[in-house]
Amino acid sequence: MIDLNTTFLLVVIALVLCIVLALIRVFRGPTAPDRAVGVDTINTMVIVGMVAYGAAFQEVIYIDVAIVYALLSFISTLFIAKYLEGGEF
Amino acid sequence: MIFDLLIFVLIGIGLFFNLLAGIGLLRFPDVYTRLHAGTKCTTFGSIFLIGSVVCIGLNMWWENDANGSVLAIHSAVALIAILLTNPVGAHAIARAAHRSGIQPVGAVIDELAERPAKTAPESKKGGD
Repeated sequence: MIDLNTTFLLVVIALVLCIVLALIRVFRGPTAPDRAVGVDTINTMVIVGMVAYGAAFQEVIYIDVAIVYALLSFISTLFIAKYLEGGEF
Repeated sequence: MIFDLLIFVLIGIGLFFNLLAGIGLLRFPDVYTRLHAGTKCTTFGSIFLIGSVVCIGLNMWWENDANGSVLAIHSAVALIAILLTNPVGAHAIARAAHRSGIQPVGAVIDELAERPAKTAPESKKGGD
């Protein structure tokens, strides 16, 4: 049996490095949709990181937090896109 | 032993595709190509990473640990939430980028903007 704690904490650290790569695009992005794409990518990576963190410590409540975060980030992405589009709410 | 190898292969594929998503976001020249990297690669990578957690939960459930089934089912629900919401968000961002006037790099014509806004009523009239 593999060591769940060490393995999934290393997975979380690697995901944090990927999040830093996406965060550079959020800071450097020339236009507003570029920053929206970066934020959307960071949201997905944070969800996966939460699931890996819950698997590392065998706590199911972290994965429940990840489910709620997924749905709320979806709503926020849709509203950012609606704002960039310039239409009426 | 085989099970450990399966878990490590799943984690390796998932982390590789997430890293590709980060590099693609930095290297691509355009909003639309960056959407390809930032959405598709993270969706495909998260399938494998959460799939490894589901496999671990099913293995714990197989060894009579009741916590494992809860871990597997909740991870699968999180994966389904990602799979349902990620393409919709990417489509919304792409449509917003096009309507705010951003052209792809190297684009010569824009057929979506040249299309008339409402063609349906006029085509009905043309039948007479």
